[in-house]
Amino acid sequence: MSNARFQARPATDQTGRPDFISIKNFGFWYGEKKALKSMTLDIPERQVVAFIGPSGCGKSTLLRNLNRMNDLVDGIRHEGDIAIKGQSIYDPGLEVISLRRRVGMVFQKSNPFPKSIYENVVFALRVMGVKNRAVLDEACETSLRKAALWDEVKDRLNDNALGLSGGQMQRLCIARAIANRPEILLMDEPCSALDPIATGKIEELIHELKAQFTIVIVTHSMQQAARVSDRTAFFYLGELIEYDTTEKIFMNPGQAQTEAYISGRFG
Amino acid sequence: MATSSSDNSTPKGEPWVWFTSLGLIIGLTMVAGLLGLVLINGFSVFWAPEVPTVKLKDGTQIVGQFVQRRVRSNSPASDPHYERQYQIGLRELNSTSYVWVDELNIADEKFVPETLGLERMENGPAFIIPKTIVDSTGKQHPFIVPNATVDSAGKFHPIYTTAFSLIRAEVDQATYIRERVLDINQNKIGVVNAEMEEARIALRRAEDRQEPTVELTDKIKTLDAKFSELKKEAEEISKLTALGHIEGIDAKGRSVTIPFAGIVRAWEPNHMTTMDRISLMFSRMREFLLDAPREANTEGGLMPAIFGTLVMTVFMSLLVTPVGVIAAIYLKEYAKDGAVLRVVRICVNNLAGVPSIVFGVFGLGFFVYVLGGTIDQLFFSDQLKYNNNTPVFGTGGLLWCSLTLALMTLPVVIVATEEALSAVPRGMREASLAAGASKWQTIRDILLPASAPGILTGVILAMARGAGEVAPLMIVGVVKLAPTLPIDGLAPFLHLDRKFMHLGFHIYDLGFQSPDSDAARPMVFATTLLLIILVVCLNLGAITIRNRLRARFKGAAF
Repeated sequence: MSNARFQARPATDQTGRPDFISIKNFGFWYGEKKALKSMTLDIPERQVVAFIGPSGCGKSTLLRNLNRMNDLVDGIRHEGDIAIKGQSIYDPGLEVISLRRRVGMVFQKSNPFPKSIYENVVFALRVMGVKNRAVLDEACETSLRKAALWDEVKDRLNDNALGLSGGQMQRLCIARAIANRPEILLMDEPCSALDPIATGKIEELIHELKAQFTIVIVTHSMQQAARVSDRTAFFYLGELIEYDTTEKIFMNPGQAQTEAYISGRFG
Repeated sequence: MATSSSDNSTPKGEPWVWFTSLGLIIGLTMVAGLLGLVLINGFSVFWAPEVPTVKLKDGTQIVGQFVQRRVRSNSPASDPHYERQYQIGLRELNSTSYVWVDELNIADEKFVPETLGLERMENGPAFIIPKTIVDSTGKQHPFIVPNATVDSAGKFHPIYTTAFSLIRAEVDQATYIRERVLDINQNKIGVVNAEMEEARIALRRAEDRQEPTVELTDKIKTLDAKFSELKKEAEEISKLTALGHIEGIDAKGRSVTIPFAGIVRAWEPNHMTTMDRISLMFSRMREFLLDAPREANTEGGLMPAIFGTLVMTVFMSLLVTPVGVIAAIYLKEYAKDGAVLRVVRICVNNLAGVPSIVFGVFGLGFFVYVLGGTIDQLFFSDQLKYNNNTPVFGTGGLLWCSLTLALMTLPVVIVATEEALSAVPRGMREASLAAGASKWQTIRDILLPASAPGILTGVILAMARGAGEVAPLMIVGVVKLAPTLPIDGLAPFLHLDRKFMHLGFHIYDLGFQSPDSDAARPMVFATTLLLIILVVCLNLGAITIRNRLRARFKGAAF
């Protein structure tokens, strides 16, 4: 089987903490249904980790646990622990709001607020209580530049964000997620609703953002996983089947199921 | 049959489209019919038609405005004959101001150009033939009808224009003076009365507590002097028109004397151009909208009722919106889903189906007696003790009406708000929470602005229901005639304790409580029309706001 088309990128320098996010024996239930079987994996600092697997395999569930978005669902339960920089996210002393301020999230469907572009970007700062106009302006420009959107919208920051194109809206959501400088950026299939050109832009962006953020991305596109990530985790039926460098997963997977999935035999 | 069953290209459901549209057609026809009926009937309040002098076969005459024509009840169906109703006015002379005349009895009908129509402060309208006009200085101007009323070119003799202009000028002067007297009586004396009231209560309190009363008695004396002075001034002014009057004869030849001071408006129904009639119509419309009612509400304007309805509806909306929105936020966002919540929701929904009079009874029992009584005892105990137990809030009033209607319309706002909150896309909620916003920040900054159009829809429905409601208001503070408006120049400007007039109640009062139902009927329709227009205007205002909000969310997924 030819893996050349995936062009897996070699893992970059690993100066950061190797267990930046540490998931230990983590299991998860929606009511009676066990969505995640006990799993353990470490996500290193300033790297891109891709979660792949067929629909319903639990990759999004795990992602949404990293900033406790699943708390919104009734009847959830978990076992084991997730720690960021050694601190458990379930620590009763840690407020979920402060966790979410450290962990930004980009969703599958772009979801800008019905506000101006400017207000969308600085939303996270506003809810933190930042009122200083200069700080907000600066954050807005920096984030939009990082999201490669600045040149397209700098003249119409006060326009309604809902007037942007689909790709622009998704980049705006990325700008919004990084405006308060989180440490981690979670991306839940950020390109699934975008055309190839917009997808390319977002992927480039992920590559650039890696210098500052630890990025976890859920994707259905194996090419995308191969293009953007340093490490890849393959999930199947709520189980972590294999987790290794992207190169290894795509070139020389250790498990038969992984190989079957990435070669397109199922999923 | 065979061809039609084999013809599969004909959409089978098509005929039912017509059937479903039938419902809409019936609805629209009914609305159009209602509006048309109200428009035509209400219009007759403003329009001044020609006034005939009708000679009957028995030799008697009537002068009056034609009202309607109907089939006589005892006439055979094969050969129906009609009777006509005329408004003859002059209630002080005639037992009724409306008469029915059998068409078979009519010998002759002509339009006498000197016929004069008068709207008066008392006893309804009058239709007379003027003989002598006495102006305010006492000078007599006999009105001698020329032999040739119309010249060869078909133009009226100029003597008519001269006489009618004189009458108009005198009526205008009398109106001006009447308004000045009214201003003194209502505004200036009103202030003095309010101060007097206060001083009297203070005096009684001082006497009761055996405190010095000299200052207060002095004040009362000063106010008394001021009062008599104003009364005298008003009398002096009204004397200016005391001499002016019209002497004339009615249809039966009886002589009538009508002072100008009692005339609101004079018109010459058979000597007017269409332009004159239109300007008279506008003058009547102006009075209808801007003046206070006269003659047991059957004449004059509706200003106090319009104002009362408007203030009450706006105040009700201001009360119901925050309460309803807050309640809905709790139900939707905070309350834990379960049996209790379901029961509460069912109760809220059922509240919308409770007959409105039940809310009125509750308003009287709880708001007026319990809340109002408590307020009076806590804050107005002096008023109660030294003013013959006259309650302030312990009786019906604007506040209690607004509160009762707010309670009645609460479910509408709650349900609309809950639905609007549910309609906000989940992604938006998640995006806000993921950005580190607290639940409250998410509600305030994202959910409420996004659901504002839906909330406003609820408020619009609440307003429409509240503005047209009558039954509960009758027992919590709406009255037939309120001497004062709920908002005026006397501190504290907004008088929540005052009783007020309401268009809906006005219609009920005109239609069912008025001494002269024939006279009141056009007014009922005109008032109905006005109520409809008012509700439409209030709704249009709210809809404009909603659309402006909606435009901001254009493109969002809801």
